[in-house]
Amino acid sequence: MSNSQAAAISRFSWPRFDKLGVLIAAIALGGVVLPFMLFRANRIVLGEPRAIFSALPVPEAGVLALLLAAGMLIALLRFKPALKLAASLTILVALFVLVGRSAYFLTPPDDNFARVSPGAGFWLLVFAFALLAADALTRLRLKPWPRIGILALVALAIGVLLASGSLNGVSTLKEYATRADRFWSEAQTHVLLAFGSVLIATIVGVPVGIISFRLPKLRAALLNVLNIVQTIPSIALFGLLIAPLAWIAATVPGAAAIGISGIGVAPALVALFAYSLLPVVSNTIVGLQSVPETANDAAKGMGMTGAQRMGWVELPLAFPVILTGIRIVLVQNIGLTTIAALIGGGGFGVFIFQGISQTAMDLVLLGAVPTVVLAFAAAVVLDAFVEMTSTGGQP
Amino acid sequence: MRPGIVVRIIAFAILLAFLIVPDLFAPVFGLLTKNGQPAIYNQGSLLDLTFNHLAIVFAATSAATLIAVSLAILVTRSFGVEFLPLSRSLANIGQTFPPVAVLALAVPVLGFGTAPTLVALFLYGLLPIFENTLTGLVNLPQSVTEAAKGVGMTWAQRLFKIELPLALPVILAGIRLSTVISLATATIGSTVAARTLGEVIIAGLTSNNTAFVLQGGLIVGVLAVLIYDSLAALERWLMARTGQAKRAAA
Repeated sequence: MSNSQAAAISRFSWPRFDKLGVLIAAIALGGVVLPFMLFRANRIVLGEPRAIFSALPVPEAGVLALLLAAGMLIALLRFKPALKLAASLTILVALFVLVGRSAYFLTPPDDNFARVSPGAGFWLLVFAFALLAADALTRLRLKPWPRIGILALVALAIGVLLASGSLNGVSTLKEYATRADRFWSEAQTHVLLAFGSVLIATIVGVPVGIISFRLPKLRAALLNVLNIVQTIPSIALFGLLIAPLAWIAATVPGAAAIGISGIGVAPALVALFAYSLLPVVSNTIVGLQSVPETANDAAKGMGMTGAQRMGWVELPLAFPVILTGIRIVLVQNIGLTTIAALIGGGGFGVFIFQGISQTAMDLVLLGAVPTVVLAFAAAVVLDAFVEMTSTGGQP
Repeated sequence: MRPGIVVRIIAFAILLAFLIVPDLFAPVFGLLTKNGQPAIYNQGSLLDLTFNHLAIVFAATSAATLIAVSLAILVTRSFGVEFLPLSRSLANIGQTFPPVAVLALAVPVLGFGTAPTLVALFLYGLLPIFENTLTGLVNLPQSVTEAAKGVGMTWAQRLFKIELPLALPVILAGIRLSTVISLATATIGSTVAARTLGEVIIAGLTSNNTAFVLQGGLIVGVLAVLIYDSLAALERWLMARTGQAKRAAA
């Protein structure tokens, strides 16, 4: 036995406790205690709780219990982040597959009214292990491309899970099944409103930012106005645009023909655009202000004109900051678009507000979950882009 | 007095007058109504709604401040340093949740009314305050913290006498951001029957009465601008008092 091996053995000790793991295990324990599933005789009555062992056939329940115990142990002790990530992802997949299994198990045969939905216990378990995955990912300090890769894999897994039909017994997907066409058309509207408004805001906001960077007087006045626009509550801004747009549609020839009207998509798009303008303009200004003097001087020395400097030096150097502004706005608008449903603008908000008015939470989830997923994915992708451009530009 | 201050005082006076005797303004808002619709919100007192709105925002922001500052202190001590990276990414992820979704999902647990709104505003308010407190505590000038250690201060003394006072302006900036977001977001609470100024706006949307939408939106907007400016003034005063005038300008 060599010296180094002896040293390795004498230094071997049981892994120590991970403080965050203690918190995660405690949350997961809470998830085990609380009801795993809720069974309702129809979609609006109160649910009856079902614990793990009454929600699943014994073999599956046993497998889940073992997996959860192993997962909590891995969380508690100091293992490598990669192992923690693998464990948490495995458990998350198992949880979703088994929720689908449980829905079929609990629904009486030929009963179209019964609704089975995940209970508080399931959501706490998902939260606990998502926390573990998030912590492991943070500690792994992945580069931008691998992060996007993991996001794509997760999206693929969700897609496969949904396409396989194994979740079709779950209440929210039963709501989906009765309005699948509507879901996809609202999804289209949602994406169109959120991304379209950001696109227009970028096309308008970046040049406005460049001009006001050059003209300090305009800058102060413009930023003041845009700041005030941001303080108007979103539902009021949506509402206030109804009248002027209805007037434009009625008086300007051809306006109605291209889809401008008082209610619907047009006021929603204008309101979202108005909210996006401030972050885009102010980040463009901040980005241009942070361009190092030396870079500009060097460009001047090379004989570049003002426009050349803007295009070849200043804008590329300011780009990561501008992109950060676009990221903020995109994530914000994906969420805000839900409000557009209140003025007939469509989007996932339609299901959220229908759900609220019918106290049908499955329907609320049908609108809320895709919105959150979309916002989250947009944040991950754009954060990765920001990181790529800021390290790529200044090595 | 600077013209900016005069404008704000006038705005505040008009707001007060509107809240106490809204009928004075009926001719103005009447221009926006059609077919004899009421010009001034008539399903409750605007003053009561405003107080309720402010109370909800104040309660949620105070709770968020207390929790967010404590959490930020915890993760910057050596005991909680393991939580730092995760808490940062959680704060980031939290912001991707739209407030409507948080509101709607809190309803089955808390029922309709004020409670879900409080929870949503609280959760939403945590993030900016947490981020800013963290920034304030992490970016202290090292010479100062070293000197504090050097003169033999305990960690509690360093925290309460050096670190928090120096970080206070940045923390306040977070509270200001959070308050303004909450003021606007609270209006959405009325979709789940919270008594806020959102009621006025939603009444306007459902009855197609632009006057209601405008007055609800204007009250919230003017309140937000006034509160934002007063908190910003407070920050500048604190910056000057702690000798950080240069940092304030930067």
